[in-house]
Amino acid sequence: MIMIFGIPGPLLFGQLLLGLINGAFYAMLSLGLAVIFGMLNIINFAHGSLFMMGAFASWMLLNYLGIGYFPALILAPLLVGIFGIILEKTIISRLYKLDHLYGLLLTFGLSLVIEGLFRNAYGSSGMPYRIPNILQGATNLGFMYMPNYRGWVVVAALVVCIATWAIIEKTPLGATLRAATENAPLVQAFGVNVPRLITLTYAGGVALAAFAGVLAAPIYSVNPNMGSNFINTVFAVVVIGGMGSIMGSIITGFGLGVIEGLTKVFYPQASATVVFLVMVIVLLIRPRGLFGKAA
Amino acid sequence: MFGFSRAQSIAFVVMVVLIAVCPYVLYPVFLMRVLCAALFACAFNLIIGYVGLLSFGHAAFFGMGSYVAAWTMKHWHVDASVAIIFGGLTGAALGLVLGYLAIRRSGIYFAMITLALSQMVYFFCLEAPFTGGEDGIQQVPRGHVFGFIDLSNDMTMYWVVSAVFLAGFLLVHRIIHSPFGQVLKGIRENEPRATSLGYRTDDYKLIAFVLSCMIAGIAGGTKALVFGIATLTDVHYSTSGEVVLTTLLGGLGTVFGPAMGALVVTSMENYLAQFGAWVTVTQGVIFIICVLAFRRGIIGELGAFLKISL
Repeated sequence: MIMIFGIPGPLLFGQLLLGLINGAFYAMLSLGLAVIFGMLNIINFAHGSLFMMGAFASWMLLNYLGIGYFPALILAPLLVGIFGIILEKTIISRLYKLDHLYGLLLTFGLSLVIEGLFRNAYGSSGMPYRIPNILQGATNLGFMYMPNYRGWVVVAALVVCIATWAIIEKTPLGATLRAATENAPLVQAFGVNVPRLITLTYAGGVALAAFAGVLAAPIYSVNPNMGSNFINTVFAVVVIGGMGSIMGSIITGFGLGVIEGLTKVFYPQASATVVFLVMVIVLLIRPRGLFGKAA
Repeated sequence: MFGFSRAQSIAFVVMVVLIAVCPYVLYPVFLMRVLCAALFACAFNLIIGYVGLLSFGHAAFFGMGSYVAAWTMKHWHVDASVAIIFGGLTGAALGLVLGYLAIRRSGIYFAMITLALSQMVYFFCLEAPFTGGEDGIQQVPRGHVFGFIDLSNDMTMYWVVSAVFLAGFLLVHRIIHSPFGQVLKGIRENEPRATSLGYRTDDYKLIAFVLSCMIAGIAGGTKALVFGIATLTDVHYSTSGEVVLTTLLGGLGTVFGPAMGALVVTSMENYLAQFGAWVTVTQGVIFIICVLAFRRGIIGELGAFLKISL
């Protein structure tokens, strides 16, 4: 057996893979938060609940309608995205003229309502979601056995993150979006329907969270608290990365997941707090965040 | 006195009379819960209402105050007053460290940083041996206050809690109406201008934050004595959310709002407790209604209606 720093190789690589998976979720969630914040000036506290709704949507599609994993990967984000459009149109859009702390309070209230309703309907204990047949089993990579589903999660998350980055940085739509983030009235003067752009941005960020939720469903059990367990760490990730750059969110998310995984190998007691410790260090050295613009 | 206006003096007298009469009508343990929540909310109001910083991690100070008061009571058998003071000092010390870090950013980031730091405190409490993990610190004796007043009687305990609450309430009021408090309000309204007048705004914010955390710690310590238990719930972020809700519902930046909010939120929890998760749903709905239509809160709306500042 290969030993690395006195740790068996398979154990080290196994934790690294788990770290990458957590990192994939951090990246997708913090990416959505950053995009929404850029456009709406609101920190979407309900992001964790919408992630949870994504997982529940896939579970419901399977159990009530018999629709499998792969269609759910498209359908669940679509459904949750439509829910996001309704939220934005009816409630969140009333806040744009107010101090953005109110946005945080309102979306916190939304998350309480959503999680409370799901807890009433489904209880707090999780429900299993089976890994699709094609992704069952494990592959021998030579240095470790990799469960196929976990590899798939990392790859799918990377692809979606890069695609989001490409849409925002490399397409005309993304150019309009970035322009509207900088100066919305000016972009509106050029004839762009900015309110619709804002709604679509919110829906996009929400759909990203729901997509992450579907990916998470077979790994963690589907339960109403799965979002709130994640979201506090994601806030720390956002503070560490700063919300200025899309690629920055992706790199920070994956990076912190890996750091968390490594901590689990070398000093397990600190694995829950290491992300927050990194945040403290970043605040001391570079308060605006690794990729943040100067305030 | 204490910078109360005429209307506020009347309201204060009404509040004191209510505190004196209520235990003969309502269950004292319930009222003590209200008073602890009210003191906690007063502490929180100091930092959001008068400095304009939204701390989403105040449970850390409340909970650590509660743990330390419970631990010193149970293992060192100190006087109840000493345990509460330990709670306050713990809150202040933790507030100094976390506040120093969080004040480096403002606005939305301040809220996220305080939330993340309090989550770190939560994980620390989950792992640390002295907190008892999932069990918490149970069967904390109430002991004696000043060596001779036995607190095992609910009514005696109630008067002590009332005294702690009133002292904390007046302290917050005194802070706000001091020259120091005026500077805080100046920072809230226009920070660059306060800086240009020569005030070290970061120092002012940090001092206000530490004071707020100290009072939160006192509230936590008192709560631990009343119920004889300190648990992970006290440091959980849902407690932070609850104090935000309490203050928002009562009225941000009003003198009597936090107490009113505490009364409403605690009663609601008490009567809805049997319906399980519906408490959470109701709290969320109140949050949404407050933000959309009711931003001045109960006391703020009442004050606006009567054209006085309460």
